[in-house]
Amino acid sequence: MKTTSIMLVGVGGQGTLLASKVLGNMLLESGYDVKVSEIHGMAQRGGSVVTYIRYGEKVDSPIVDEGHADYIIGFEQLEAYRWLPYLKKEGSLIANSQRINPMPVITGAAKYPENISKELSEKVKTYHEVNAIDMALSCGNSKAVNVVLLGVLAKTMNVDKEVWVNAIKNTVPAKVLDVNLKAFDMGYTA
Amino acid sequence: MAKKLMQGNEAVARGVYEAGGHVVSSYPGTPSTEITEFISKYDEIYSEWAPNEKVALEVACGAAIGGARAFTAMKHVGLNVAADPLFSMSYIGANGGLVIAVADDQGMHSSQDEQDSRHYARAAKVPMLEPTSSAECLSYIKLAFELSEQHDTPMFVRLSTRISHSHSIVETSERKETQVKDYTKNMQKNVTMPAMARLMHKRVEERLIKFADYAETSGINTVEMNETKIGIITAGVAYQYAKEALPNASFLKLGMTFPMPVNMIKDFAAKVDKLYVIEELEPIIELHCKANGINVIGKDLFPLCGEINANMIRKLILGENTELFTLDQTAPIRPPVLCPSCPHRPVFYLLNKLKMAVTGDIGCYTLGALPPLDSMDTCICMGGAITVLHGMEKARGPEFAKKSVCVIGDSTFMHSGMTGLVNMVYASTSSTVMILDNAITGMTGHQHNPTTGFTIKDKPAPQVDLAELCKALGVKNVVTVDPFDIKKLEEVIKTETAREELSVIIAKSPCALLKSRPPQPAVKTDNEKCVGCRMCMKIGCPAISMNDKKMNVDSTICTGCKLCIQICKLGAISV
Repeated sequence: MKTTSIMLVGVGGQGTLLASKVLGNMLLESGYDVKVSEIHGMAQRGGSVVTYIRYGEKVDSPIVDEGHADYIIGFEQLEAYRWLPYLKKEGSLIANSQRINPMPVITGAAKYPENISKELSEKVKTYHEVNAIDMALSCGNSKAVNVVLLGVLAKTMNVDKEVWVNAIKNTVPAKVLDVNLKAFDMGYTA
Repeated sequence: MAKKLMQGNEAVARGVYEAGGHVVSSYPGTPSTEITEFISKYDEIYSEWAPNEKVALEVACGAAIGGARAFTAMKHVGLNVAADPLFSMSYIGANGGLVIAVADDQGMHSSQDEQDSRHYARAAKVPMLEPTSSAECLSYIKLAFELSEQHDTPMFVRLSTRISHSHSIVETSERKETQVKDYTKNMQKNVTMPAMARLMHKRVEERLIKFADYAETSGINTVEMNETKIGIITAGVAYQYAKEALPNASFLKLGMTFPMPVNMIKDFAAKVDKLYVIEELEPIIELHCKANGINVIGKDLFPLCGEINANMIRKLILGENTELFTLDQTAPIRPPVLCPSCPHRPVFYLLNKLKMAVTGDIGCYTLGALPPLDSMDTCICMGGAITVLHGMEKARGPEFAKKSVCVIGDSTFMHSGMTGLVNMVYASTSSTVMILDNAITGMTGHQHNPTTGFTIKDKPAPQVDLAELCKALGVKNVVTVDPFDIKKLEEVIKTETAREELSVIIAKSPCALLKSRPPQPAVKTDNEKCVGCRMCMKIGCPAISMNDKKMNVDSTICTGCKLCIQICKLGAISV
């Protein structure tokens, strides 16, 4: 079996680390060799962050190279856009429509790219955009954006929903489990 | 045997546990921090956060001499701080067992340089193992303890950001209890005075001859023969990149990068047509090969700076390019920023406003250097803020002291700020030192330190009072102020910098991410009152942006610190 590569990209603090933990556990439970690679430290302070998840029969490199991602999940528009060169030509892109201005845009030193959705949907055959922040808010917690997006990914991937739900149960703290299960469902049915 | 997806750092911690480790002392540093955090969860092991890496390694040295299996973990630059005891301990040995995990940061994801720790192995004559996965992190730590005890030497285990922060599958086993060995007083062995140290050095050289033999015969270095057109010698995470890019090549994987084998490499070289060394950073393996007359291609092809990846290997060795999506527009960079409600923000806003020269230090607050706060002149190393300010004042004269300050965090001050401050007292300088006390070691993800009042296991501990400490060191003017009271803070900065005596200002307010400081409701804006003057944009808050020439607060990002309310002169922002 060929190795499959997934990238979660977003803004430090958006919960990519927890999402990658759920994903990693789900793939381990499904019997795959798995590698998950993330960056801690300075980048977590509101910078551009990326987590790599790779699975298959035997995985070598823990990171995904440009042009090699089968799936990219963009937690924020600009980040989905920035990391596009990492997507395979036939890969799938899932993007949250949320916009978070980076500091150079806030200070006026740079411009936030225009019509990102249009450009992405024209370039990528399998492009799926969702308003994950509104869905998360309607579940009762804006932090659940990560699990909404996992729900969207789950529908695209060929894995039983049950395995996903179990991985969420085993990874997410008990007191926020209900919100997260709701958020996952919402993404799954989006 | 349980199968688990484990972070490299967690696997290192598990290795220390399974090896029967007794004493662990470390200072946090990305990417090594989680090792000691995971170790702190094992009650069988004594663990602590030391104030710096030198203290940590010395504690581990003492524990090893005292007969325990001792361990410390640090980042590459931490090893610079710990270098002094390292070199002596190499001479003394390890009695109970001493393992040092050092995590390099190729690509500088969260560091001030990308030095290669393998130089230290050679310089201090301490053998070094290098895992390529979480499973090897665990097994190499256990092996390192065995070798340490058997050969009476400290052992290095070298990690990197991609090994430390990658998760891969690990099979765990039970802890093997080890007895704390006997301790007997032995001046010949444990006191490094010249007469004794001369003999110790001979023993170190003899030890290395044994390790050179171990490199050839033990199986720590492995050959994977495949097609013989391309042969690769590699180690650490670079092995994984090379396997990814060249699945059909033959490999010599070095599990031990100091000392390295010679005959094994010669044999391997003879079997392949073209031989490459793929290693990140310095040409350590390459120079070893060339010194032994083995012709290899290394840094002529691969860069000295940053990380390697599989695409790079495909391109440089196979000439293959990957077809990529291109972007029609430029994606603006997203540098890290101080968090919403960060207590460092008001400090840097004011230092910028007052046009102060600011010598900075290592921590979240280094982000104060970036626009729009734009208020840091230098950042060198842990503790360097205070000493660099002192040096600049000596270069530029006392008038400079009136328009300059240094900023240093609580944990960094405990790490290596105190000695610099004592120097200022002793030299009767009139500089102003600002300690940004956010009640935690922040950037590395919230570790306790001597000023927080808790141990690594969250148990209450004696708490160092920074103000009392500074007074005890001889500073007469010590002022503590809440940075979110910016009127007061501005007044204090003006008074203390004008004063012709040394002052310490402690800006005290907890980190915005601490549980003790829950997020507050987002502030509200009044479009009628806002004239779009952009004053509020000067604080560099990620929640504030301009929308149709009016300021706009993103309520999902704002955590209600109210700093912007104090900045706005028109009352356009309120709770």
